[in-house]
Amino acid sequence: MTEIQVGRAAAGPAAVGRPPDRPEVPAIELEGVVKDFVSRGEVVRAVKGVSFSIAEGEFFSLLGPSGCGKTTTMRMIAGFEEPTSGRIRLHGVDVTDVPPNRRDVNMVFQSYALFPHMNVWENVAFGLKRKKVPEPEIRRRVGEMLEIVGLTGREKSRPRELSGGQQQRVALARALVNRPRALLLDEPLGALDLKLRQQMQLELKRIQREVGITFVYVTHDQSEALTMSDRIAVMNDGAVEQLADPREIYERPATAFVASFIGTSNLLSGQISAISGDVATVRLGDRGRVLLNGGGHRLGESVQITVRPEKIRILPGEPEGDVSAVPGVVSEVVYLGTYNSYAVTLDGGAEVTVFEQNAHDSTGTAERGDSVWLSWQPHHSYAIGSASSR
Amino acid sequence: MKGSRLRAALTPYVLILPGGLWLAIFFVVPMIVMLSLSLHSGNITDGFVFTWNWRSYLDGIANYHDQMIRSIGYGLAATIITIVVGFPVAYWIAFHGGRRKNMYLLLLLMPFLVSFVLRTISWQFFLADDGILLGPLKRIGLLPDDFHILATGTAVVLGLAYNFLPFMVLPIYVALERIDPRLLEAAADLYAGRLQTFLRVVLPLSLPGVFAGVLMTFVPACSDYVNASILGGASNTMIGNVIQNQYLVAQDYPVAAALSFTLMAVLLLGIFLYARALGSEEVLEVTVR
Ligand SMILES: Nc1ncnc2c1ncn2[C@@H]1O[C@H](COP(=O)(O)OP(=O)(O)O)[C@@H](O)[C@H]1O
Ligand SMILES: [Mg+2]
Repeated sequence: MTEIQVGRAAAGPAAVGRPPDRPEVPAIELEGVVKDFVSRGEVVRAVKGVSFSIAEGEFFSLLGPSGCGKTTTMRMIAGFEEPTSGRIRLHGVDVTDVPPNRRDVNMVFQSYALFPHMNVWENVAFGLKRKKVPEPEIRRRVGEMLEIVGLTGREKSRPRELSGGQQQRVALARALVNRPRALLLDEPLGALDLKLRQQMQLELKRIQREVGITFVYVTHDQSEALTMSDRIAVMNDGAVEQLADPREIYERPATAFVASFIGTSNLLSGQISAISGDVATVRLGDRGRVLLNGGGHRLGESVQITVRPEKIRILPGEPEGDVSAVPGVVSEVVYLGTYNSYAVTLDGGAEVTVFEQNAHDSTGTAERGDSVWLSWQPHHSYAIGSASSR
Repeated sequence: MKGSRLRAALTPYVLILPGGLWLAIFFVVPMIVMLSLSLHSGNITDGFVFTWNWRSYLDGIANYHDQMIRSIGYGLAATIITIVVGFPVAYWIAFHGGRRKNMYLLLLLMPFLVSFVLRTISWQFFLADDGILLGPLKRIGLLPDDFHILATGTAVVLGLAYNFLPFMVLPIYVALERIDPRLLEAAADLYAGRLQTFLRVVLPLSLPGVFAGVLMTFVPACSDYVNASILGGASNTMIGNVIQNQYLVAQDYPVAAALSFTLMAVLLLGIFLYARALGSEEVLEVTVR
């Protein structure tokens, strides 16, 4: 299915997508956007001065825990909420005061919000009819869009006769058929089970490439955001903590919150005890040392260091050379199929998680109760929030 | 083995027994009694006997078809008024009632805690020739001195509309209340203005409520006799008045029963045509979403 449709799109992407007319102008810009809600006489600041710009054709994700203001931010872009202050621009045009029905963006609702009294065709054609697109063109575009989302043949079905995944596709088609400047998706896969969700992730990505429309994607699922996005804004408590591409977010979290929210991460704190050339050393307990790259550190400076579990190696004895070396005792071993997960308690009491690929034979390098050394390369240590290592 | 199969076969019948009994006692039995009564002949002094006497139907229709047609007309007019007045009220409460929705509904129902007859009599005062409505209008010369509403069809229709208004508002309110507000946002997102959103989304989704409201208003309005006897005049009698009169005054039970059955048949036919025209499948489909 995928192959055929990618081929078709390659033959005529202009038929579906809209080539960016002025690529240098961002598709969406938020400038100091604040949103206050008044509930029971109390002012709740849901969004605390958010600014970012999204490029034409970008797959942009808003990622954060529940209640951090993702939906509110998205609803302001769609026009359902008015910012308390700040400006919103679509393709350089200030739309802060423009109602949703006159904004050239479309939204895919988490609950899909399909019209229950209309069939699939009528749902998808709704926007084009309101825009008074000529009937033959409506027929062509709706047909095309249903083909892209794989719903040809279901035109006459009512939404409640469709499965969750199919309803999801109708919602997507209903928005995309209008060729909006940007598509806003609020946790669109949240209601689907894991397998279908993973399948739809790939499909969404394919459709986005095919139609070439800017996607703004809200999710609280970090793996979903990492898989699909060109860039991710990690939100916490109404503010953007970090805005970067997935690799950067994963490898170089800007704050402790980002480090802990994205994947499993180990946090170690200590003071810089030595600097030699480009490498700084942090003492950890009596015997441990953590090496990290990058100048800009001062002797005696307190730092928080993150290191990803899969970067750490478990060794029976103290390693030599310019690597981090921290002693500890294995407190837990969990077999997870393709890899083992170890919990190692350090001398100071801190716990470190280590992932080890099951590459060789089934037995791991260590067992519960073993005294071991943990080791990793200096460039895998990352001092949180330090400008130098970014 | 055999016993359990028998039990399985009997289970559904046992389960419908309570409902079935209820229906039999309060609906089927009275209907049969009425039907048989409509086929009796005789009079109140000599007694009635069952004789397959179809004449009561022919007599009833021949003598009272005017009242029959008038009842349908009044019922229709009153139903239309309740839709026109009731829909905006239901809409407002459902979408703009905020946290006071229940209070507004209670306010709407408050007058209906008073007896039906008392309420209708109070309309007599309200619509009186020199009452609080017409009096001032006549004094400032907006209406001629001999203008009156009481004892006209208008008064009867107004009374009917007033008395059955909640039966229209409540089902429409329930239908509107159930509309997911995100559907309205989706419509706005898909370039529909307020009017288009109303026409394409809100109105179709409220139709099951309107459908129920029409049934609950039209049927009792057509067979009502209180409004016609309190607010109407001699030329505004409805079929309900005739039936009441036949039972209680003329005591011609067969004709009264025959008229009741004729009215029921006419209403059933009307409802059937109405459901067909509206596409009851559509309506019901939306209801059970
Ligand atoms: N209409 C509203 N009235 C009052 N508070 C709201 C409203 N919408 C959202 N909030 C509050 O704003 C915060 C952010 O909500 P939301 O944007 O929905 O978060 P998210 O989508 O990230 O889960 C929450 O604390 C929520 O309770
Ligand atoms: Mg949300």
